Amino acid sequence: MSATSLLVFDGLLLVSMVSLAWAALASTDERRSVILFMAFGLVVALAWARLLAPDVALAEAAIGAGLAGALLLTAGREQRQPTPVHGAAGVHKRHDAPLGSALRWAVTSMSAALGGTLAWALAHAFSRGPQDGLAQAVSANLPDSGVSNPVTAVLLNFRAYDTLLELAVLLAAVLGILALGRERPGYAASGPVFDGLVRWLVPVLILTAGYLLWVGAHAPGGAFQAGATLAAAGVVLRLAGRRCIGLPQGTTLRILMSAGVGMFLLIGLALLGFGRPFLGYPAAWAGVLILVIESAAMVAIAVTLVLAFLGGRPQPIRVDALGRAPALPPVAAPSGRTREAMPRAESATAEALERCNEEKVRC
Amino acid sequence: MIDGLSFLLIGAGGFFYLAGSIGLLRLPDLYSRLHALTKADNLGLGLLVTGSALQLPEPLIVFKLLLIWLAVLAASAASAHLIARHARRQEARP
Amino acid sequence: MNELIALAALALMLSLLLGLMRVLRGPSAGDRMLATQLIGTAGVGTLLLLSLLLDQPALLDVALILALLAAVAAAAFTGQRQEARHD
Repeated sequence: MSATSLLVFDGLLLVSMVSLAWAALASTDERRSVILFMAFGLVVALAWARLLAPDVALAEAAIGAGLAGALLLTAGREQRQPTPVHGAAGVHKRHDAPLGSALRWAVTSMSAALGGTLAWALAHAFSRGPQDGLAQAVSANLPDSGVSNPVTAVLLNFRAYDTLLELAVLLAAVLGILALGRERPGYAASGPVFDGLVRWLVPVLILTAGYLLWVGAHAPGGAFQAGATLAAAGVVLRLAGRRCIGLPQGTTLRILMSAGVGMFLLIGLALLGFGRPFLGYPAAWAGVLILVIESAAMVAIAVTLVLAFLGGRPQPIRVDALGRAPALPPVAAPSGRTREAMPRAESATAEALERCNEEKVRC
Repeated sequence: MIDGLSFLLIGAGGFFYLAGSIGLLRLPDLYSRLHALTKADNLGLGLLVTGSALQLPEPLIVFKLLLIWLAVLAASAASAHLIARHARRQEARP
Repeated sequence: MNELIALAALALMLSLLLGLMRVLRGPSAGDRMLATQLIGTAGVGTLLLLSLLLDQPALLDVALILALLAAVAAAAFTGQRQEARHD
């Protein structure tokens, strides 16, 4: 009885995924596509859960359900409204230039080839049993890895090089974001309802991030999910119109950005110095080392995602005598005026940074 | 006995979810849909949480379940408010 | 007991599909946003039931994350930019 219910459940899940994906791609309105894509992310998280992959479901829930939607909506808004618009915001229709038929044929055949390859790989995977894959090797070596969650063991121990390179890719992405210029203009201060929500949501998100980091050693969780949750805390503060979102400035920011790659390299080179292979943890220390690397990676991932949401270099925050940050300067100011305002800002920046760092609670 | 109670609670939870979605489809207006959805869904979730807590009585899990329910309550209320306010603003524009 | 949980999960998935119709049809963007909230809440309920059914307590963590981040999407959708003040 429950088997048939589950079968129908799976069928309904499939139908919703495919129809959401189709609708998101076929929609002509950008905002509608983004909302459909967010809904798609939610349903995909359910699919991962159904497939007994809680680590991926966690990551999909944190990124796809929350952050991706916010990121896309913010970016789309910036594209549509570079200057304030009178009247209705208007719907942004996609103005795609019509593709030439040769290009269209090329794209179709490439997509068909890719789809065919994926289908062949899937069929191949079904014909093999779990005993043929790497699962056996992983579970055989799990006791020596320092953690009891096989996903964390693979990510941080058996395939640590891959994770190091992934963090390096994230660092490159952050450098690209910083090169885009100033951050996007912020949001207006929110009303009392959202403000009240944010007041308790941010501490709970920070606690949950810490919990996910710690639990990643023996249950689904880990640095990436924790980093995404921490980033969500920063994004929520930004959406509430707060000027200080807990993102450090200047040198501290740079250190935190590179913390993931930096900690990996530090530990790897230190192990080399002790005569072990690069990132070859001794079995007794593996758990501690993995936790240290994961903490650094969590911070780096959180900073990367928040900077992606900001959309550029974060501006120094000026704080007045009472420790309050004034509203952001208008975006449409001509460059002459902002250039005059900059030197004054620079001199006040130093003490403002101290005050902002001290009065983190107020910020 | 405990099983029977969970039975009732989880069944009622599912029923309320369905009722909320039917309201979402049939009601005429965004505001009435918001109303139906937020109330019915949160009640359904609360019943599901209580039913599940009876099935898994460990303290950490019960705490997590309660936290989930409270978070969904607060987040749904705030989201409903934000969506309704946004819709009013859209209506007020020329 | 398991049969009932599976049936309840099915009911939740049905309500999710009904919400899907509102997402695809809904005349205004607010309707779509609203239906996304439904998908979020139904997702949390489904994850709860799946964690009971498949005996995976980790799915409760997934439900927690979904519950906490549900408001972020609505806030991003309805947020007013700073320059809205200068209109």
